[in-house]
Amino acid sequence: MSTYVAPRVDQSDRTVAENKLGRLLVAPAIILMLIVTAFPMLRALWLSVYDYSLTAPDDRSFVGLRNYTTALTDSLFWSTTLNTVFIMVVTVAVELVIGFIFAMVMHRIIFARGVIRTSILIPYGIITVVSGFAWQFAFSNNNGFVNDWLPLVGADFNWFGQYGSAMAAIMVSEIWKTTPFMSLLLLAGLAQVSEDMIEAAKVDGASWWQRLWKVILPNMRSAIMVAVLFRALDAYRIFDNIFVMTAGAQGTESVSFLTYRQVIEQFQLGMGSALSVLLFLSVLVVAFVIVKVFRVDLAAARREG
Amino acid sequence: MKPMQKVGVVLGALLILFWCLLPVAWIISLSFKTQKSVEAGSPGFLPSDSGFAGWENYSSVIDNEQFRRAIINSIGISLIATLLSVIIATLAAYAIARLEFKGKRFVLTTALVIAMFPVVSLVGPLFDMWRAIGLYDTWPGLIIPYMSFTLPLAIWTLSAFFREIPWEMEQAAQVDGATAWQAFRKVIVPLAAPGVFTAAILTFFFAWNDFVFGISLTSTEAARPIPAALSFFVGSDPFNRPASLLAAGAVVSTVPIVIIVLLFQRKIVAGLTSGAVKG
Repeated sequence: MSTYVAPRVDQSDRTVAENKLGRLLVAPAIILMLIVTAFPMLRALWLSVYDYSLTAPDDRSFVGLRNYTTALTDSLFWSTTLNTVFIMVVTVAVELVIGFIFAMVMHRIIFARGVIRTSILIPYGIITVVSGFAWQFAFSNNNGFVNDWLPLVGADFNWFGQYGSAMAAIMVSEIWKTTPFMSLLLLAGLAQVSEDMIEAAKVDGASWWQRLWKVILPNMRSAIMVAVLFRALDAYRIFDNIFVMTAGAQGTESVSFLTYRQVIEQFQLGMGSALSVLLFLSVLVVAFVIVKVFRVDLAAARREG
Repeated sequence: MKPMQKVGVVLGALLILFWCLLPVAWIISLSFKTQKSVEAGSPGFLPSDSGFAGWENYSSVIDNEQFRRAIINSIGISLIATLLSVIIATLAAYAIARLEFKGKRFVLTTALVIAMFPVVSLVGPLFDMWRAIGLYDTWPGLIIPYMSFTLPLAIWTLSAFFREIPWEMEQAAQVDGATAWQAFRKVIVPLAAPGVFTAAILTFFFAWNDFVFGISLTSTEAARPIPAALSFFVGSDPFNRPASLLAAGAVVSTVPIVIIVLLFQRKIVAGLTSGAVKG
């Protein structure tokens, strides 16, 4: 094939023009993204240093960092944070295992490929609120089926009656809904592992288990890490299922839920804004920890490294 | 494949089907139970013989004015948000894939950071601002915040797609005598269209699924989308909801999404994985 040679244009002129056009094309996106996120966030930062309640808007007064110290010394903030971290760690760990099994099956399957791939998207497509309802009714001791199906659980067992089982029900709905996403990301990672390498390991006499741990998993490391990062941050924002299933009863509140309740139900804009800022900071901490601890290389994952 | 492996794959496939379809089958089954049998407490998966309601729950849901409004709101708001965000993201993704310019990384990083943003953090300030400028409980009042999670998603998905397009073909067509416009329309548009379409479907999903903004920034049926309407369906006592009626509502609001999934599964899989893994 003959290579096409671009007409000679003065390089510097061209660079200037491309720079200009590039910025012009990304400007609407950048401006909009900043308007809908950065600006409200700055406003939250500003509101958070006021004692400001919408039920008494004229009594707004500057209180400095008092909202933050109140939140950080309140056991409610810490218990919701602990809940959120607990949900995040358990759901991501369970999803990683189940998602990997699903990905292996989808990778190896020959028959009914389309059917399986389509059905795995069904949980993804369903509204989180609807999946919350489905699971809440399923666990209900009044008209559900879980108590019927599970051995060792009495027909009258009230899943939403105490902390542990209520959290379990919430986590089941979260895991059900998001495992498919995890498994699709892992499937994409599996597809990048070269079959030749696996075959070579087989010829060298490596067992299935050894091939899995020594060849397959290390080679999909970046895909796994990206999946964990995405899912962990997503899980940290958990709100919909909790709202629908327990409305925060039995101490199942998440940080998002606490923030929502302060702002929308109790109109405490100052306090709510402080919680918003703390929520944002904790998400940053979670992202930072995952990236540092697991050394996620986003550039490599994007095949740019 | 060894026979053992074959058995494993078949069992795995059945497990996946069971996993994906169980709650769906359950909510459909629930939607066919009579209100009475549900209130009386009839545990079990399938409706009992005397507790079968036929289409009764569906007709009462469809006759419900609030529910109809919510569906219209959801369709309208999600479609407009999708359209705006895909147009703006297409411009940005084109620039990212095609042009060399300073600030490219900044755009991608900003989008990534915003995609990780906890949306609840925005609820307080938006609630306050929207009430002040009259956007509270309106369509634009939801469409604008939806940009915060639809734009980053669309930009990432589209820039991944556009990077795969062999842009030189456009110039090659021009060399062969096509005008710039012909070259763009006949060569680039057909290659880019599937990516744009995929980004649109994913964006629509996200907007349709939103709940936090839906319950925080609306107060009446003027703009309340379907997930919020379902959660407020009757009363706020989470332990005494009209289960079978709600199940019917849930099925009605889920069917369009499931149909989209069934029709476009290939594109969705490609979009999801390229956006996140290949970036």
